[in-house]
Amino acid sequence: MKKQTVDSRPAGPKPWYDPRIRSLFFQFVAIALVFWGGWTLVDNTLSNMESRGISTGFGFLNETAGFGIIMSLVPYDATMTYGRTFFVGLMNTLLVSAMGIVAATIIGFIIGVARLSSNWLVAKLALVYIEVIRNIPLLLQIFFWYFAVLGSLPSPRQSVEVGGSFFLNNRGLYLPEPITQDGFGLVWGALIVAIVAVVGLRTWAKRRQLATGQIFPTFKVGFAILVILPVLAYLTAGAPLEWDLPALKGFNFGGGITIIPELAALWIALSLYTASFIAEIVRSGILSVSKGQTEAAKALGLPNGLTLRLVVIPQAMRVIIPPLTSQYLNLAKNSSLATAIGYPDLVAVFMGTTLNQTGQAVEVVAITMAVYLTISLTISLFMNIYNRAVAIKER
Amino acid sequence: MGNTMTDQTQATGSTGPVPSQKDDSSSAIIRVESMNKWYGDFHVLKDLNLSVRQGERIVICGPSGSGKSTFIRCINRLEEHQQGKIIVDNIELTDDIRHIDTVRREVGMVFQHFNLFPHLTVLENCCLSPIWVRKTPRKEAEEAAMEYLERVKIPDQANKFPGQLSGGQQQRVAIARALCMKPKIMLFDEPTSALDPEMIKEVLDVMIELAGSGMTMLCVTHEMGFAKTVADRVIFMDGGEIVEEAPPHEFFTNPQEPRTQKFLEQILDH
Repeated sequence: MKKQTVDSRPAGPKPWYDPRIRSLFFQFVAIALVFWGGWTLVDNTLSNMESRGISTGFGFLNETAGFGIIMSLVPYDATMTYGRTFFVGLMNTLLVSAMGIVAATIIGFIIGVARLSSNWLVAKLALVYIEVIRNIPLLLQIFFWYFAVLGSLPSPRQSVEVGGSFFLNNRGLYLPEPITQDGFGLVWGALIVAIVAVVGLRTWAKRRQLATGQIFPTFKVGFAILVILPVLAYLTAGAPLEWDLPALKGFNFGGGITIIPELAALWIALSLYTASFIAEIVRSGILSVSKGQTEAAKALGLPNGLTLRLVVIPQAMRVIIPPLTSQYLNLAKNSSLATAIGYPDLVAVFMGTTLNQTGQAVEVVAITMAVYLTISLTISLFMNIYNRAVAIKER
Repeated sequence: MGNTMTDQTQATGSTGPVPSQKDDSSSAIIRVESMNKWYGDFHVLKDLNLSVRQGERIVICGPSGSGKSTFIRCINRLEEHQQGKIIVDNIELTDDIRHIDTVRREVGMVFQHFNLFPHLTVLENCCLSPIWVRKTPRKEAEEAAMEYLERVKIPDQANKFPGQLSGGQQQRVAIARALCMKPKIMLFDEPTSALDPEMIKEVLDVMIELAGSGMTMLCVTHEMGFAKTVADRVIFMDGGEIVEEAPPHEFFTNPQEPRTQKFLEQILDH
């Protein structure tokens, strides 16, 4: 087809006036520049490192690390390898990012809706929250939570104590750790059965609504099933769960689960900060749905709740999702500020200590950047899939 | 509220300002009594009185800013009134949310800008409220919706999205959507003023057909031809007041008020 159009023209333009030839030319130039730049960088680095006697390669990942990490989700001690430190840091980054995304989303949606409340006080409080939090640098907020709030908690000996099993002090929050005994499999089994039952219930309720028009209280009943079945199983199995209570040993607590103040401060700061942006996104999303839509829904007799659920939110979501995605990405990337207060995330552990000890700057930085890129692209991918699902089909 | 009053209706039967919720003017399906509305300091609706019988077709006209849209929007409480009474199908519109929802179920509304839900297909637009509010089984709701879509002559567009339709088609879908709730009253708020001239007729045809079926209709419109053919009464509003109220032949041939005469001159001139 291309050929035909070219042939059908009596006399083509001169090649340097032909837009297709032009664009091919500039693309070729661009690619050549990129390759030349990349090659120069690599070549330069390699020859420089060679002249300084720095070995390249990823062999250092198998060497013993020899330093401790204050918090890890996987078993770790100083005798393990640098590869292991990478994994510990990665898990810590993922943990705080995931916790942050969940909390920021919940807080953000609540504040965003509150901002639109017809209650003057609620709306103004939400406004103040948003304007204060999003206009203060995140790093300052992390410091604020870490040093000013959590740092001023009492020392371990004067811990705030609840029922002898929860302790809060300046070393962290100590919770009892559940330790499963024989027979706890029954509870897991019951939980799985309950989930299957709820999914089944939902399908059934939908089908029944289609057939008879009756609306089944799926949420309430489903919730009840999810709670009651595992609890019953737990009781029948003879309560097969023991709690490892934290206790004061010497100057600090041992046993139980510890949430270190570094994690708490980072989590709180990241969540509150990102939530203030999400709130504005949610607000703009809801406002983007024209007033006529709510009026039409009301005129059809739909009560407020259903209007919001069936008409406003589905339309608001298509406006909310893309900027929400970039907030999630920001949160994941901002979690690298952990370094500032010593939360052992990927940057602190791997690009900090490991890099300092091994000197393998190029490899370590490359790996770390690749990890953040992967995390971000993964978040983007899932959000795009979701976005496609809620997008409005027009034309 | 007010159900016990049924027995007393005949006994009271007086014309005075009896504080009863039940109708004493027999078959009025809409009653508006000395209704006033303000936007802040601005007095939009001034002491309106109107009584509409079942099956009556009323056209409300008037210059822009005269409060006619605000008036019919008060009837399903998209706007609140501050003084006086509005009683629709024996239910007084107050702050009580349940009453408002009950009234809205019985009162269909068609808007100037259609306000179809863009994320739902034509058929889903029509079925949404029957399914969620009337709790009709989906199959039944869809069958009913198809009937109404046939009545407005676009059954073949049922599975398209509103964005794929022309303005006239969208407005006919909006009429079908309102009819799917099987309302007792239909309100039209300038249903043809956002349409291209060639699409006005297809919408008016549907409305004329609907009027012929005995539906109670309140219609804010500038389509004087429509008013002449279907209206039982034409109401002329200006400055938030009902200036004149007359059957169409009288209204158009022999308007009493100077303001009405001036208005008619302006719109019938061209």
